[in-house]
Amino acid sequence: MSESPQAGRRAFLGATAAASAAGLGFVALAPGVQLIKFAAAKTGAEGASGKVRWGMLIDTTRCATGCKECVSACATENAIEPGSGRPGQSSQWIRKIELKEQKTGREISLPMMCQHCAEPPCVDVCPTGASFKRADGIVLVDRHICIGCRYCMMACPYKARSFVHEPLTQQNPEVPRGKGCVESCTLCVHRVDKGQQPACVEACAKSGHEAMLFGDLNDSNSEISKRIASTATSQVRADLRLDPGVRYQGV
Amino acid sequence: MLRRLTHLLVVALAVLAMPAYAGQGVPKPMLTIENPGECVAPPEVIRRTHMDLLKHQRDKTMHEGQRGTKSSLNACIECHASKKTGSVLGGNENFCQGCHAYVAVKLDCFECHQPRTGMIKAAGVKP
Repeated sequence: MSESPQAGRRAFLGATAAASAAGLGFVALAPGVQLIKFAAAKTGAEGASGKVRWGMLIDTTRCATGCKECVSACATENAIEPGSGRPGQSSQWIRKIELKEQKTGREISLPMMCQHCAEPPCVDVCPTGASFKRADGIVLVDRHICIGCRYCMMACPYKARSFVHEPLTQQNPEVPRGKGCVESCTLCVHRVDKGQQPACVEACAKSGHEAMLFGDLNDSNSEISKRIASTATSQVRADLRLDPGVRYQGV
Repeated sequence: MLRRLTHLLVVALAVLAMPAYAGQGVPKPMLTIENPGECVAPPEVIRRTHMDLLKHQRDKTMHEGQRGTKSSLNACIECHASKKTGSVLGGNENFCQGCHAYVAVKLDCFECHQPRTGMIKAAGVKP
């Protein structure tokens, strides 16, 4: 950054003001009476709200066999390197699974990642409190507190968590990762906090498949809520009653 | 006799050792300040409390999802990274490493956090 910190702050404040101005909308209550409405332009300063529950709907009928756009977008966004020659040890935040029904031969493909359970077993078993669920339903690992015991990896029925075995240097500044801690899909929390979509969802839409839908499960007007209210969707291992935030359609 | 000898020895040793302490001590860190100007707090406050500010911020960000507030580690790095190496580490003239080497305090942040600047994506909001 070549500009002075003061100029940087000024530019930031200016940008925020401009964003607010752009988000200004006028709602007409009655002829001549108007209410100024601020659109929800997120800057990231608001924080996670308990009114929201982030979730995802994966339409397996649209998910293409062999397509790994979501996996590579996740790796790019979160700077997940393949590791040094030990693939069994490299981190895996999202993976593609191909399923085939033996009797009918019907094949489906789906991405599997942290299901962001409402009742996360990883949080239950964590001895230090590093595994936690945010107010908006996103399940995370606080690496400042994680001691790397890997109990959560054992507890997770979705095999969603990985352990970092080797020192890392190429982290995304917004996604700190390091050796000795357990990690998993964060639902791209750094993007969500700024009002963006998770990287995998964006990549899936960009590839034209549009098999992933991200949104607020608590908001009955959100697209995801409307979809799960009108079509048959299921949670993986619903019998465990963990109430995952990720739902699948067409499984 | 022995006592006098010991005494003499002690004095001799002290004189011999003198030059090492001759009023200089460990050299003060010579930091390259890339963006001189006002920080988020006065330097004396920052020097004493930056770890508390960062720890407070880390809990706010990690657990409550509040981003872009003033004591973000990424904001420190964006402003203080060396223009030569693009990092706050790498040499004792670099911002974080210089002071931490001087006071002999281990710097754990960068085992997970990215010490280099210019890695924030253009699409993203500033740190």
